[in-house]
Amino acid sequence: MISKVRQHPTQNETLLFEISSPGKFGYQLPELDVPPVDARDALGAENVRQEIADFPEVSEVDVIRHFTRLSTWNYAIDLGLYPLGSCTMKYNPRVNEAVARTEGLIWIHPYQPEALSQGAFAILAEIERTLAEITGMDAVTLQPAAGAHGELTGILLVRAYLETQGNSRKKVIVPDSAHGTNPASVRMAGYEVVNVPSNDRGMLDAEALARMVDESTAAIMITNPNTLGVFEEHITEVARILHSKGALVYMDGANMNALAGISRPGDYGVDLMHLNLHKTFSTPHGGGGPGSGPVAVKRFLEPFLPLPRLLHAPSGWSWNYDRPRSIGRVRAFYGNFGVLVRALAYIMAHGGEGMRRATLDALLNANYLRKLLEPHYEIAYHAPSMHECVFRHPSTGAIAKRLIDYGFHPYTVSFPLIVHGAMMIEPTETESKQELDLFSDALISIAREEREHPDLLLRAPHSTRTTKVDEVAAARKPILKWGR
Amino acid sequence: MLDTIGASTLEDLYAHLPEDVRFHGALNIPAGKSEYEIVQYFRERGLENANSHATFLGAGVYHHYRPVLVDAVVSRGEFLTSYTPYQAEISQGTLTAIFEFQTMICQLTGMDVANASMYDGSTAVPEAAMMAMRITGRDGVAVARTVHPEYREVLGTYTRHQGVPITEFEYDPESGQVNLESLEQALNETTAVVIIQSPNFFGVVENAKQIAEMAHAKGALLVYVFTEAVSLGLLEPPRDADIVAGELQSFAIAPSYGGPFAGILACKGKYVRQLPGRLVGETKDANGNRAFCLTLATREQHIRREKATSNICTNQALIALMATVFMALYGKQGLRELAEQNLAKAHYLGERLWRRFHGPYFNEFVAATGVQSPEEINRRLLGFQIVGGLPLDRFYPELRSSVLLCCTEMSSRADMDAVAEAFGA
Repeated sequence: MISKVRQHPTQNETLLFEISSPGKFGYQLPELDVPPVDARDALGAENVRQEIADFPEVSEVDVIRHFTRLSTWNYAIDLGLYPLGSCTMKYNPRVNEAVARTEGLIWIHPYQPEALSQGAFAILAEIERTLAEITGMDAVTLQPAAGAHGELTGILLVRAYLETQGNSRKKVIVPDSAHGTNPASVRMAGYEVVNVPSNDRGMLDAEALARMVDESTAAIMITNPNTLGVFEEHITEVARILHSKGALVYMDGANMNALAGISRPGDYGVDLMHLNLHKTFSTPHGGGGPGSGPVAVKRFLEPFLPLPRLLHAPSGWSWNYDRPRSIGRVRAFYGNFGVLVRALAYIMAHGGEGMRRATLDALLNANYLRKLLEPHYEIAYHAPSMHECVFRHPSTGAIAKRLIDYGFHPYTVSFPLIVHGAMMIEPTETESKQELDLFSDALISIAREEREHPDLLLRAPHSTRTTKVDEVAAARKPILKWGR
Repeated sequence: MLDTIGASTLEDLYAHLPEDVRFHGALNIPAGKSEYEIVQYFRERGLENANSHATFLGAGVYHHYRPVLVDAVVSRGEFLTSYTPYQAEISQGTLTAIFEFQTMICQLTGMDVANASMYDGSTAVPEAAMMAMRITGRDGVAVARTVHPEYREVLGTYTRHQGVPITEFEYDPESGQVNLESLEQALNETTAVVIIQSPNFFGVVENAKQIAEMAHAKGALLVYVFTEAVSLGLLEPPRDADIVAGELQSFAIAPSYGGPFAGILACKGKYVRQLPGRLVGETKDANGNRAFCLTLATREQHIRREKATSNICTNQALIALMATVFMALYGKQGLRELAEQNLAKAHYLGERLWRRFHGPYFNEFVAATGVQSPEEINRRLLGFQIVGGLPLDRFYPELRSSVLLCCTEMSSRADMDAVAEAFGA
């Protein structure tokens, strides 16, 4: 039975270009207080454009209705459980949004005098400190704009360090359960990718790894817990193997929500790692971004961190550009400051003990769901789950679509790639028992439906305003913009 | 819940972790704070920064008015707290808005295809360069010294380890535009791409058409970079470019100490398979209704892994939505009027100062400070709660006694008069 949702009408809406009508507008500008300038005189006639053909002409009411109507076609955390595995879709506290819009934070220019930016420096210094504390690392760069950007930064750090050791080496080892960003980042940093298979427990096989690592190995990129939600129990041994050949251990911290407060990668051989502040630290996903992907490193890698670095002196904070061994800039300015503000607000609200408690609740929710679902779905690996669990079912895609009718966003479908028919479920700590029970009931009900009414799944979802979307047609003949 | 799991304490849930990976201490982070205390903390930090100053800084980050409606839209939980729209049936809101975004970026730039956003303008540039290398099968990069210095640094970081030779070409000391002879010397048959910015870092409008002809004559592509998106309301779109890489911060995205912003990457239709980042396409649902979904994913890392066009995954979707709402509100007429106001304000001040370059300029220009140092002038302006322009010797040692000034619709005549006075004009 579907108890979480029932249907209600949603507004139809066409595209901005179709509601547009000549002469409408939704803006007001103050009257110009200086003489107008003829653009053709000032810029040269050849440099001045004609009107922007087909650009929208709509009123303010048109705009608010348009986007409000569109918004009602989305699912969101604010509507319920969003159990995408390795995405950590937890509640996004609204105080974080409020403080990020503080007048003295939102309007500051990156090039304004440092003496007029001391509050911003203090915030950046505090988030660097707390992230180092949580990861057990010695230094943090806040510059990377997202997880993948952090990965690229991290592998460039590995390369810069190895160059000072006399040889940048050739390859980086990536487990076959890794996110696609890992191998892509390795390639962008100019290394070869060597895939290492997981063993039958869903973990890295230390012995197999030992045979692969040699003097041409620059690093391993290891996600821990991995994308199966399984802690890599041999991580200390893995680090010993890599280090014995002079190679480094990079950890993808996408799943740090399983570890904050109970395990610090810097304490057991991880040399550098990135964090996804839009996962563990609750900054909103926003339909795909913005994110922030700070990289935390051990002390020996600190000289290589991107430019610029925070510098503290009795006279106050400033930016330090005098860093000859730095890999250079990975983006303009200093990082996604507004996202960093939100993450610090989250850390402050929790405190050290609260971070630990959130982690335990994340483990609790994932293991609770696993227990409820195990009689009905096949768990992919029997190893203990941390913050997420992965089941397997040949109809994972259809089950996911049917979940929508039950009022839930689907889990992650068909990933990790090493599990055929993967259903990857991460509830996070901010879900209540009631919500988890509803979700489990839904999946159990769907398992029954699959036996009794298989066609119900094949054409799902049935209750959405947009029914099954033809993605094949979209790719076959791409229409990527509106046209008359 | 513990009973269901068969555990007696929460700590049992990670009892299987080896002893040497468990953290037994307490994190050195103060106990959790109340909402009130958190708001107070950030309010206090905000007060330690510049507050309610007028500013004449531009250089890639611009003070433009942010219509109230923008935050009203992006604060809706359905946009704010949703994930990347992989599940099309329950993500039509985000998908439709991105499709509109892609369309408007094409309308503004004259390109055929635009992706759903990059991290920012600075990272869009190396992505554009690598795209051009894949298309041409060449590896040389020629970049104008008038491209934002920090963008060029990022380009260097991204390409350094791929053995990509980067050649910088000069600007003309009179006009502030690309020095065409220097460009000609930088070009050869291994050049994959020529990168220019317009308006360039000095605020001067480049002759993109001529530069495109020179690049194309050598078989290279032209990447056109912009940092000031408002200029597109008035300037001829860069139709002669092959790829456009830009920064949309000017479209209702707050300066916020340098981020989060939204970059764009747009290109000619024939290059779409080499375009990195997400793309939304139009299709139909099972009932035949128009629908949208992410498409051409075989370019992307989650399908192609190490063979992907880029590693980008998370982008700047919500920030791109801010820009989308901004473009809808201002529309055809408003964007032009906004651009005209910026032009008028900059020329009001620019024509009173000793400008270093005589090329056409939009809302930024380089002013010579004469016998005074830029620092002296800026110190004096701070006394009037005005943040002055950017001293250029930081990035261009040859441009001592030079300041990059920016005027926008938010620059008042009184403040511009104060600046002129401080310069001794």
